[in-house]
Amino acid sequence: MTTVTTQIKLTPEHSARPGVSMRSRLQDALPKIVLAPSFAITVVFVYGFILWTVYLSFTNSKTFPSYSLTGPRAYQRLWRWTFESDPPSSWYTSIINMGIFGFLYIFICLALGLFLAILLDQKIRGEGMLRPIYLYPMALSFIVTGVAWKWFLDPGLGLEQTLHQWGWTTFHFDWIKNKDFVIYTVVIAGVWQASGFIMAMFLAGLRGIDGEIMKAAQIDGATTFQLYRRIVIPLLRPIFLSAFIVLAHLAIKSYDLVVALTSGGPGGSAWLPSNFMYEYTFKRNEMAVGSASAVIMLMTITAIIVPYLYSELRERPR
Amino acid sequence: MSVIATPARQSAGGISARTVNRIVIYGLLALFALFYLMPLFVMLVTSFKTMDEIQNGNMLALPQAPTFEPWLKAWGETCVGLTCAGIKGYFWNSIKMVVPAVLISTLLGALNGYVLTKWRFRGHTLVFGLMLFACFIPFQSVLLPMATILGSLGRFGVTLRNATGFSFGLGNPTVNLVFVHVVYGLGFTTLFFRNYYEAFPTELVKAAQVDGASFFQIFRRIMLPNSMPIFVVTVIYQFTNIWNDFLFASAYAGTGDAMPMTVALNNVVNTSTGVVEYNVNMAAAMIAALPTLLVYVVAGRYFVRGLMAGAVKG
Repeated sequence: MTTVTTQIKLTPEHSARPGVSMRSRLQDALPKIVLAPSFAITVVFVYGFILWTVYLSFTNSKTFPSYSLTGPRAYQRLWRWTFESDPPSSWYTSIINMGIFGFLYIFICLALGLFLAILLDQKIRGEGMLRPIYLYPMALSFIVTGVAWKWFLDPGLGLEQTLHQWGWTTFHFDWIKNKDFVIYTVVIAGVWQASGFIMAMFLAGLRGIDGEIMKAAQIDGATTFQLYRRIVIPLLRPIFLSAFIVLAHLAIKSYDLVVALTSGGPGGSAWLPSNFMYEYTFKRNEMAVGSASAVIMLMTITAIIVPYLYSELRERPR
Repeated sequence: MSVIATPARQSAGGISARTVNRIVIYGLLALFALFYLMPLFVMLVTSFKTMDEIQNGNMLALPQAPTFEPWLKAWGETCVGLTCAGIKGYFWNSIKMVVPAVLISTLLGALNGYVLTKWRFRGHTLVFGLMLFACFIPFQSVLLPMATILGSLGRFGVTLRNATGFSFGLGNPTVNLVFVHVVYGLGFTTLFFRNYYEAFPTELVKAAQVDGASFFQIFRRIMLPNSMPIFVVTVIYQFTNIWNDFLFASAYAGTGDAMPMTVALNNVVNTSTGVVEYNVNMAAAMIAALPTLLVYVVAGRYFVRGLMAGAVKG
């Protein structure tokens, strides 16, 4: 957070003094009254509902919620499905996919974003035209992205077919229909959508670096590569952190893309935990299991976000 | 700052290293521009082709006899599930959902931001932190309780209608979605306005207070007139997010006439009866993408600022 906190105490003039009228006391309470509905909504519909979901995960709810606690059975089932079931369960598939997708999506977006930002930062003519081209996918919904890439990657219609027509008849690319590779097509579409935005973040960071430092390093005889490796990239650390947070939480929340691009993949082979949760809760009547998977997703995000928010919101020493 | 592009003059003989460098850079940039444009290009040209041309032609070729037919069909005739009246109804559903949801959440966010910066109280950081964290939760963790509550409200609405003849919007999927989007959008709108107002001179507010201006007078006369940029940013951000939402839409209005555009599009594409009309599918996808693309083209600068504010500062 870059904003400078200029805190000026407003309250002393307004603190309740003996003899103040009802009206002015109302004025004092007004800010809190205005904020209260939003805060109450957040407490109930976010935190209350989270607790509700946690509670449900400890029941044996199936089609309808049941409110008698039966212990951590849903978690035990997920646990067993992770490590003991043979063939691997859809939960196991989901978390393995999450690992593959999360790692590749974050890593490629960061690498590609940084790479493009550095290229664009070389006093490029037409930068104003290129930047929006890299960025526009972020304005599209995952559903539209999914539909577009589904078409593009379809072996019978898209890239493969086109290359065959151009004479490269041995070219074969059917990942989207292949249960072992379908998750990588989700990576491709996801990277396509988000990497331009990460580029914009890095570009903003690069533009904020003091030119003097660069000049000094150049005078000292640093090569371009050294300059970037030793000076620029370390200076971009805060951007890496922000971009990582954005990408990590986008990755864990990804749901629509899998639905639109792969319809879940052959036999659910493209599921992420979010798809698992939706399917088990609303389609397979396993509400407790679905809730347990939602709780696990929430805990994962919490572990990433809370330390970050805490460090951002902590009162800065002045 | 720029490093590779040092103005060093190379010798005039032959191609200098610098020229090679520039060619490589421009080449790479152009290549990536192609990568980003390709799916949109394919979607666009396909939507103007006849089925015949799609089956026998090349994906990348321009339409030989451009036809607007697929667009008309997608808009007015194509089948969404079992109803075959095109996607126009769902397009309006989305509009009816997006407009109120964006306006309400933005206005509430502005008020919250104002209180959280200019009328601070003990624990304001905690309040803000709790609202901010709400932006990041996976919505799967609130999906089921919300479905239960909306279900109960719907049943209550039926009772109300039987008793009074009017259900007050309870049980109406569009109203439900507006409510859901306001609730789960508040964190972001509050974040935007809070960070914006944080940099707004508190002295002005204080001076107005000394002159006897009330809480709302200060908001209306001093804060609002100076909030235009952040309003644009927030409205665009919320518009894009709510228009593009699929999870809530499919959970709470996944079937029936009230489904929003994203759900309808997914249904169109995955309808497996008869011949798959790819050109119509692509036209439907383009229609679903147009509003947000248009906003992006018209106000791209604000769009990026919104994303950045949502990212860098939260």
